Amino acid sequence: MQKAEKMQALRVFAAEIRLETLKTIGSLGFGHVGGSMSVVEALAVLYGEVMKVDPKNPRWEDRDWCVMSKGHAGPAMYATLGLKGFYPIEQAYTLNKPHTNFPSHTDRTKTPGIDLTTGSLGQGISSAVGAALGNKMDERDSHVFVFVGDGECDEGQVWEAAQFAAHYKLDNLVCLVDDNKMQLDGKVEEIMGHAKGIGAKFDAFGWNVINVENGNDVEQIYDAVMSAYDCKGKPTCIVLNTTKGKGATFAEPSGAHSSQPSKEQWDEAIAAAEAELAKVKAQ
Amino acid sequence: MNFNVIGKHESDSRANRDAYVTAMQEMMAASNKVCHIDCDLYGCINTKKLEKEFPKQTFNAGIAEANAVGVAAGLVATGRTVFVHSFGCFASRRVYDQAFMSCAYAKLPVHIVGSDPGVVAAYNGGTHMPFEDMAIYMAIPEAVVVDPTDYAMLYDLTKKLAASDKFSYMRMVRKGIVKVYDDGAEFEIGKGVTLREGKDVTIIASGIMVDEALKAEEALKAEGISAKVVDMFTWKPIDEELIVKCAEETGCIVTAENHNVKTGLGSAVANVLAKNKPVVMEMVGVEDRFGQVGAQKFLQEEYGLTAENIIAAVKKAIARK
Repeated sequence: MQKAEKMQALRVFAAEIRLETLKTIGSLGFGHVGGSMSVVEALAVLYGEVMKVDPKNPRWEDRDWCVMSKGHAGPAMYATLGLKGFYPIEQAYTLNKPHTNFPSHTDRTKTPGIDLTTGSLGQGISSAVGAALGNKMDERDSHVFVFVGDGECDEGQVWEAAQFAAHYKLDNLVCLVDDNKMQLDGKVEEIMGHAKGIGAKFDAFGWNVINVENGNDVEQIYDAVMSAYDCKGKPTCIVLNTTKGKGATFAEPSGAHSSQPSKEQWDEAIAAAEAELAKVKAQ
Repeated sequence: MNFNVIGKHESDSRANRDAYVTAMQEMMAASNKVCHIDCDLYGCINTKKLEKEFPKQTFNAGIAEANAVGVAAGLVATGRTVFVHSFGCFASRRVYDQAFMSCAYAKLPVHIVGSDPGVVAAYNGGTHMPFEDMAIYMAIPEAVVVDPTDYAMLYDLTKKLAASDKFSYMRMVRKGIVKVYDDGAEFEIGKGVTLREGKDVTIIASGIMVDEALKAEEALKAEGISAKVVDMFTWKPIDEELIVKCAEETGCIVTAENHNVKTGLGSAVANVLAKNKPVVMEMVGVEDRFGQVGAQKFLQEEYGLTAENIIAAVKKAIARK
């Protein structure tokens, strides 16, 4: 397949993930829409083109791993894994309902395809580092991808993990920073700024850093991941400049962390995502 | 269970930590899936030896305990058996959220080892003196929480925990511990060990307090008081059956622990008794106080962690029957 065709397929996949993420959260009517929407394109690239996974054997030993350290983006993971065939997508619509296997934050004991449990921010990156170390010790050709939020980077543990990964030269680890500029209480730069930037921090910690100008553009993300694969001897951090709430009509303008819109607003958002999917498919 | 009690109250000539290191050496040699992670404390528990012999299975995470525990969880997810060590204060308080969520909640059975428990922290002082480490780990569902008594038990439990597939927290005295059991002793996690039979009272102890309990039993016997002594090294899951049996047989219980009595072994035993067989109880341990600096002997006297204090508690319990 030519690259242009691949990218077109990824754009369609991303539009499908966005729609299904909205339907998943919308099934209960409220949830973490903002941070789920911003990582949709990166998930489409990873699961649509890059990662080795087997939906019929989620714990396949030679798989690539994906850890959503910003665990509240669980719904976007659930939509992606459902579309990828890990389970019928309708199962994800039980999100946060009694005894569901699809809780707010990703849980390896409940959902097929979820590699590690996250939710308490800062912890997923350490576990991902451990998984990368284990895969390296086993001499597997497996990569571990970990999503951290820009707000999550307030946590000291992120930087403990960053120094460990660089010290042990974990070049099979790729950290994707969802730099959507917002955290729960407002703009990141106002709540807890990152001085010279998150990328500069990872650079100072000895990582290979790639800045993606538009973190909601599948081609730019794909090129960055391919570049990460070429880097040997150190882990790679890809800073995705994203838009919180991207494509959710009620969430994008405010960049809200969680949303509980009206039924009409849900209908409008889902209709808009369906229209976007149709438009992308027609391209 | 298979053990022989020495009962001479003599210190082991070996450093206690070597029981852990020896067990790890044997397990690491047998399987490259067994790993040790330390937090810049190789020098304190002699694990430099592990790094030298098993460089691909031994990792120094630096002074970053929270990350060390998270990394351990990730390694377990790749099919490994992982022990993480730091001083007890850091191995509990500082890593609690990571131990809870990344390990226990996630069903990734990391084994956490906390050295210098309670007054054993001695010259590192109150900042480093955990009287709450066992309590906070007992609050985690399904966790296995143990306070080994001596070299033979530490060696055996290290291997038993590795084989258990359960998240665990184990205390470890680094050096200078009384030898209670002959080498080669074997124990069962969750089963208390009856060291002496008696009919007037049961003394339930763990860790460094086991030898104090044995000394108390001997002194009491000379006074005509018959005390049963139980080594309750597993605080969770606690041996409910044995506790109830002791209450039925002796009618009163005295617990002895190197920990805050408000949240420790005494509380765990009381919990069982209140539900099943309420009897008179006395608790020997740290009375809701912070630690402080000093020699271990001074600290044991300061906090009442002595045979003398157990004897007084026994007499009080019997009088209250």
